[in-house]
Amino acid sequence: MTDISQASDVFTAGADALAEARRHQRIQQRRARISAILRYAVLLGVGLVMLYPLIWLVGASFKTNAEIFANPGFIPREPTTEGYVQGWETSTPYTFGRFFWNSFLIILPKTIGTAISCTMVAYGFARFDFPLKKLLFTSVIAILLLPNVVTRIPQYILFRELGWLDSFLPLWVPSAMAGDAFFVFMLVQFLRAIPDDMEQAARVDGCNSWQTLLFVVVPMLAPALISVCLFQFMWTMNDFLGPLIYISSVDKYPVSLALKLSIDTTEAFEWNRILAMSVLTITPALAVFFMAQKYFIEGISAGGIKG
Amino acid sequence: MARLQLRNLEKVYGGAFKAVHGINLDVEEGEFMVLVGPSGCAKSTTLRMIAGLEEITAGEIRIGDRIVNTLEPGKRGIAMVFQNYALYPHMKVRTNLAFGLRIGGASKAEAAKAVEEVAKILEIEPLLDRLPKQLSGGQAQRVALGRALIKKPDVFLFDEPLSNLDAKLRASMRVRITDLHKRLKREGMASTVVYVTHDQTEAMTMGDRICVMKDGHIMQVATPKELYEQPANLFVAGFIGSPEMNVIEGHVDGSDFRTGGQVIPLGEALTSRLSARPERAALGIRPQHLALATGINGALSAQLRGVEFMGHEVYLHALLDGREVTTVASAAEFERMDRSLDTIRLLPEAANMHIFDRDSGRNVSLRAQG
Repeated sequence: MTDISQASDVFTAGADALAEARRHQRIQQRRARISAILRYAVLLGVGLVMLYPLIWLVGASFKTNAEIFANPGFIPREPTTEGYVQGWETSTPYTFGRFFWNSFLIILPKTIGTAISCTMVAYGFARFDFPLKKLLFTSVIAILLLPNVVTRIPQYILFRELGWLDSFLPLWVPSAMAGDAFFVFMLVQFLRAIPDDMEQAARVDGCNSWQTLLFVVVPMLAPALISVCLFQFMWTMNDFLGPLIYISSVDKYPVSLALKLSIDTTEAFEWNRILAMSVLTITPALAVFFMAQKYFIEGISAGGIKG
Repeated sequence: MARLQLRNLEKVYGGAFKAVHGINLDVEEGEFMVLVGPSGCAKSTTLRMIAGLEEITAGEIRIGDRIVNTLEPGKRGIAMVFQNYALYPHMKVRTNLAFGLRIGGASKAEAAKAVEEVAKILEIEPLLDRLPKQLSGGQAQRVALGRALIKKPDVFLFDEPLSNLDAKLRASMRVRITDLHKRLKREGMASTVVYVTHDQTEAMTMGDRICVMKDGHIMQVATPKELYEQPANLFVAGFIGSPEMNVIEGHVDGSDFRTGGQVIPLGEALTSRLSARPERAALGIRPQHLALATGINGALSAQLRGVEFMGHEVYLHALLDGREVTTVASAAEFERMDRSLDTIRLLPEAANMHIFDRDSGRNVSLRAQG
């Protein structure tokens, strides 16, 4: 009899412990849920604040010119594509399409030139020993730290003497000669993280330095190269100062200058047109960024490469 | 088919650090030569110099009848298997194998045919369309082997190819590589091999001859058996064999070896062989040749310090005049031993003793060659 009562005591105690454990687990779960909700609320709030100008820009591009200043919200009361239609026409003899084409003409050779030249220079720095290597690499780093503005005037004079003003050459050539120290540095770092065994294997297989670069190094460098191209694409797309200094004919303007143009030449600013064209201008960069997000991260986190 | 000759090969880094001190080595046609030594002994540097991946400071490397000192690696008639496989990560196994041939100017069809042949030999046919990252360590190593094989080189170079594999796989790859070498030799194909390892088991089981290196010097080049039975110096004696050879310090006195208060009779054969009677001598004897004695006569007494049970045998560690010595007993012998005693009796076999000069490290009791 005592045995049974003891056993039932044990049982009750066990059941109590179980109930307690369950209660504890429930509390834990609830806490986790509340904490998650709070976290997301804060993130969402901050995210919204950061994104608001962009959202407003998109909203406002569909507003009439009058409504832009009257209505602070971003949802247009009477949505209209008038801004896009008129903005596209521009106040010049050219449509905005022409400016997009010009941007493309600047970006494509520049990006390709950057990828090729920076890869070669980075490969040289990362894998070969040559006289003055240290000094040269230090100067690359020094250029990295040098504000761009410092070289503007000497560069302008140089290109003027060469007769390259009002052409795309001043925008292409420096990049095609590995003038962007940042990319060289980035690729050197990436290469240093890749073991050189594969390159040695390639040499044993009979490759010369160029073949090794082309068949073995470049494919391994692909994630970094993609991000170099993406960065160059975005920076060139957004570059305003470069084209402003070197390009004077309207028919060669890229979109960044063309946007400014619509502010300059219109007496009463047609803000809805400007905003509409701004939206179009940022669209390619945004689209490319979202499509290539993965590579961006891969390229930047260079250290994560496994041999 | 070619023999490989190194003549006074030197490597100096940055004009200051001498890594390889003028070594001479002949690897005969079809021979499997193992370079072995502790880390930092320049065995890999030597191999990389043969491959052409490392410039040589002085000396001469000859493959067949060509001096290859300044030739590019691809033109030396060598193929190399790397420690971490070094497969091209973006190419499928098939392309990895064919790459060397294609760079060398072979047509697509020729390369494809060669790939099929090599894949068959190495049993990697099902892996041909995989990427290197989809291979296990053993498979990747076989592909790396294939990449070397497909080129039909004069000399194969292996740089610690098995050290990234687990013990079991290593054992099976060892057999696979030696079988492959025998097969190539039988079929009359080029099969001169230089194989670098730090693992003495690999060296002893695979090599036709072994070259033991230390600090950029060659300590001894000999067959595994000779290396084990006739170590040329204290370093080789200590490096080859497991457990390590016991080294007992003392001096030679007539036909006896004296250490502390104990006397070890050397026997007539050994005494007559001595090429010198060094003042500071050391007696070397392998644990296998230091028997546990039951009687007292002629036996050394040592204090038992520890026992390692290895299954079929037992390692006994003891102190002999303050020096640690090891002996190997069979499990049965160990069972019979009176384990209540602290002192064990050891009987060295005179036929397997070596006398070393402690100053030069040289073995002064070597048997005449042949």
